[in-house]
Amino acid sequence: MTDTAVHRIGRWALARIVRLGHATAFLHVLLVRSWRLPSRPGPAAAKAARLVVHQLFSVGVLTLAIILVSGIFVGMVLGLQGYNTLVDFGSEASLGLLVALSLTRELGPVVTALLFAGRAGSALTAEIGLMKATEQLAGMEMMAVNPMTRVIAPRFVAGLISLPLLAAMFTVIGIYGGYVVGVIQLGVDAGVYWSQMQDRVDFYDDVVNGLIKGVVFGFVVSWIAVFEGYDSVPTSAGVASATTRTVVSASLAVLGLDFIMTALMMGGS
Amino acid sequence: MNSPSTPDRDVLVDIRDVHFARAGRPVLQGMRLSVARGRITVILGGSGCGKTTLLNLIGGRLRPDRGEILVDGQSVPSLGTRALYELRKRMALLFQSGALFTDLTVFENVAFPIREHTRLPESLLRKVVLMKLETVGLRGARDLMPAELSGGMARRVALARAIALDPMMVMYDEPFTGLDPISMGVIAQLIRNLNRALGITSVVVTHDVAEAMTIADHVYLIGDGRVIAEGGPQAMQASSEEHVRQFLDGLPDGPVRFHYPAADYVDDLRHPGSRA
Repeated sequence: MTDTAVHRIGRWALARIVRLGHATAFLHVLLVRSWRLPSRPGPAAAKAARLVVHQLFSVGVLTLAIILVSGIFVGMVLGLQGYNTLVDFGSEASLGLLVALSLTRELGPVVTALLFAGRAGSALTAEIGLMKATEQLAGMEMMAVNPMTRVIAPRFVAGLISLPLLAAMFTVIGIYGGYVVGVIQLGVDAGVYWSQMQDRVDFYDDVVNGLIKGVVFGFVVSWIAVFEGYDSVPTSAGVASATTRTVVSASLAVLGLDFIMTALMMGGS
Repeated sequence: MNSPSTPDRDVLVDIRDVHFARAGRPVLQGMRLSVARGRITVILGGSGCGKTTLLNLIGGRLRPDRGEILVDGQSVPSLGTRALYELRKRMALLFQSGALFTDLTVFENVAFPIREHTRLPESLLRKVVLMKLETVGLRGARDLMPAELSGGMARRVALARAIALDPMMVMYDEPFTGLDPISMGVIAQLIRNLNRALGITSVVVTHDVAEAMTIADHVYLIGDGRVIAEGGPQAMQASSEEHVRQFLDGLPDGPVRFHYPAADYVDDLRHPGSRA
């Protein structure tokens, strides 16, 4: 067997491409199933709504604490760092603007997505992977219940809805964090802190673009999380490595996509 | 592929010359067997001889590479998703692990298929679930979580869930494995009762010879991906065929070799370098 480095790289790349194909095929089914959730007949739609709400709680609400705590600290650090940099140029009046722009455009969606991948994404993968390992998904299939509709799609939709909302809350609480440090502790004028922000933060360029990032990250992180769970090797080692892969791939995807989206959004203006 | 001949009324599952390979390794090679309606058919075979694969093929979770699988006259591999799901509502598979939903109580586990497929009002649903649980003797355990159940109890709850929609057929994957003698007896009796009282066709896949012989109407012994022998339990017991004797008497060596295929022993010991 000749097994050179070139062979190995080739095999690795091929395996990646095949896996990407699987993930894309999975996404197709996932989108169809998610789309059909609300359009099912009468009581089935109500049931689908209940499933999604249930997942919104475990995916979204339970992630709220870590998001808010991180948000306030990130805001406070921004306030502190920003003040110390700006004060050298005598422009500490722009602190509010600096904090708000950093958060709405970048840190809000990106840090939220990273935390979300670690907190909710890993949990989704582990839960689905364990359901697969204990034959619960197979059992569901044999009971003529499609696990894609019953288990996977509600979790995906919940992730998709949660992340942008969490990112918005992260941003808001971060701005208050910056306020606490900048205004209350370091003495920047409160009126200036808010009015510069009001004056210079653009609704479309900054707020909406930040929201778009949140939606895209929600899509990608949730997709990766449910795919890794559904596709995991049904053993304890398999579920463990799937969970790790979720956090690693989701984080890398978020950072990569953030660069691309930022470039596109900045390029226009 | 055979042309689907007129389906025999008494045959519920008909497996015709089915071939199936997994990762290049043949699992089933020309498997032919039929399950009579309203009877208990036991499929005996060693571990890893394709028994579970067979159940997954009947349930439509896998597709055969070649051959035909007819359930109630319908060709399972060629069914679309919707038709397959309709068929699955009428057949149940009892997994070896039970496959209970760990986040639902015993009651909710049994209620699950009913809630998914019917629109029974809550009061009626409660009655149905309690009746099913009573059948398996676990009405008192309705509020327990699956983690609080013993292996035998979990399997009985899974059985109650399997019969929740009154299926025409229940397939049991290794129902006796890992149970104490009492639980084993309970499960065997349940399989028999469900079959006799409700007329549920039963397919039991197992390697437990003693229990299998007590409940079977018809026995298939499979190995090497095909049927080696078949017959009624008495006929099987009396058989002098080598494979049957080895399996029924639990002989370590016979037609099924004790040794996994390997290179010559002495050669292997002399050449420590060649590991492959």
